[in-house]
Amino acid sequence: MRLALIVVVLLAAPAAAEPLRSYSIAGDAIVQPLTGHPGDASRGRTLLANRQASLCLLCHQAPVPEPHAQGTLAPDLSGVGGRLSEGQIRLRIVDMAHISPSTIMPSYYRISDHPRTAEAWRGRPVLGAEDIEDIVAFLVTLKE
Amino acid sequence: MALKHGLAAAVLALLGAGGLVAQEKRSGLDYMTPETRAMQEDDMSNPGMLFIAEGEGLWQAPAGAANIACSGCHGTAAQSMRGTATRYPAIEESTRRPIDLAGRINLCRQTQQKAQAFPAESPELLALTAYVAHQSRGMPIAPPADDRLTPYRKSGRDLFERRLGQLGLSCAACHEGHAGQRLGGSIIPQAHPTAYPLYRLEWQTLGSLQRRLRNCMTGMRAEPFAHGAPELIALEAYLMSRATGLPIETPGVRP
Ligand code: HEC
Ligand code: HEC
Repeated sequence: MRLALIVVVLLAAPAAAEPLRSYSIAGDAIVQPLTGHPGDASRGRTLLANRQASLCLLCHQAPVPEPHAQGTLAPDLSGVGGRLSEGQIRLRIVDMAHISPSTIMPSYYRISDHPRTAEAWRGRPVLGAEDIEDIVAFLVTLKE
Repeated sequence: MALKHGLAAAVLALLGAGGLVAQEKRSGLDYMTPETRAMQEDDMSNPGMLFIAEGEGLWQAPAGAANIACSGCHGTAAQSMRGTATRYPAIEESTRRPIDLAGRINLCRQTQQKAQAFPAESPELLALTAYVAHQSRGMPIAPPADDRLTPYRKSGRDLFERRLGQLGLSCAACHEGHAGQRLGGSIIPQAHPTAYPLYRLEWQTLGSLQRRLRNCMTGMRAEPFAHGAPELIALEAYLMSRATGLPIETPGVRP
């Protein structure tokens, strides 16, 4: 039990140690990449397709394998790169609640202040800046 | 795709406007595949029925320092326990706090049989609870009109509607806003506790309502309440009042 706790703390430590980078919102977009450089679209595709890691497909559908295991709680991400600009997509992942306060979509780049946030997730965002940039880089390629 | 997106947006707009307020009450059973439904509805193929048989054995087995069986006080369960599960959680008079069916069984075990309480999720407690609940199968959920339960139902409702955990989801976000839709590969039911304890194919065994609620909390990346915690009893009291009228199905089968 004590060991498990220590392991969790250790795992959480690196992410907690890296402070959130600041970003600026212009209209309904974050124009600059959080990392200062463009993400890796192929890594982004893999991450988006991994439901445990990114959770995106719990709610959304997207043109990646296993459509029957994709959620129907949210808009289909097919064609999102045609509907929204890169900066608009970035803000929607970083903090959808900024645009739509009652949304169920988690704010991916925020430290949760909701009650009972589980120990393992405390003090860290759902995804790191690199991960988010990789997913943004993939989504902008989805033109139809 | 544009059309599909437009449609989804329209549905979301509807949900936002409270379009589902008048949604019909439906048991989780209604959302399952024909195969899983058939498994629950046929006693010969329902794996939960094995636990009911085990529960019947425990009901009749003398236990504890008092060496008395449940049947020693309550007689035939088919008569004395008929309808019991439709009324729980109920106020327990010595503490004046709500208690669930499993808690009630464990209390009898300690005070009447002079035996140790069964641990949460132990096969014995699940089998006995399922056996007792099974005596109400087909009867509508009918929470007692006991004013002392009101504050607990209210705090259960507050919990149900509160955003929790790293993802900031609430129970209501899924079970009220999006019931019938798919979360990944799973259909989201309306969260009516009609069939517990139930056999879950993923668990390969019987599990309690509290196990289900703790699983949902883990999915929200929230620290689950401990087994037996008053918060889980309050949630159950709210969920049961919300499910009033739906028939008890124990033992249910879920994917
Ligand atoms: C718990 C549900 C949920 C999860 C998980 C989720 N989303 Fe969303 N997302 C939504 C909903 C609902 C909307 C619709 C907008 C609203 O609610 O205001 C949305 C909207 C979007 C939009 C805007 C789409 C459009 O066409 O306007 C993008 C882009 C998006 N999400 C990307 C993602 C990505 C990428 C992930 C994972 C890293 C993700 N979402 C995870 C629920 C979710
Ligand atoms: C992100 C979505 C989501 C959230 C949030 C959520 N649940 Fe669930 N819940 C589900 C899904 C999906 C299932 C069905 C699982 C399955 O059968 O595979 C379920 C099942 C249930 C059931 C079982 C219903 C049945 O027919 O057996 C109950 C009760 C329940 N949830 C209550 C809750 C409560 C209480 C909360 C909050 C503490 C909660 N849920 C939060 C998605 C969610």
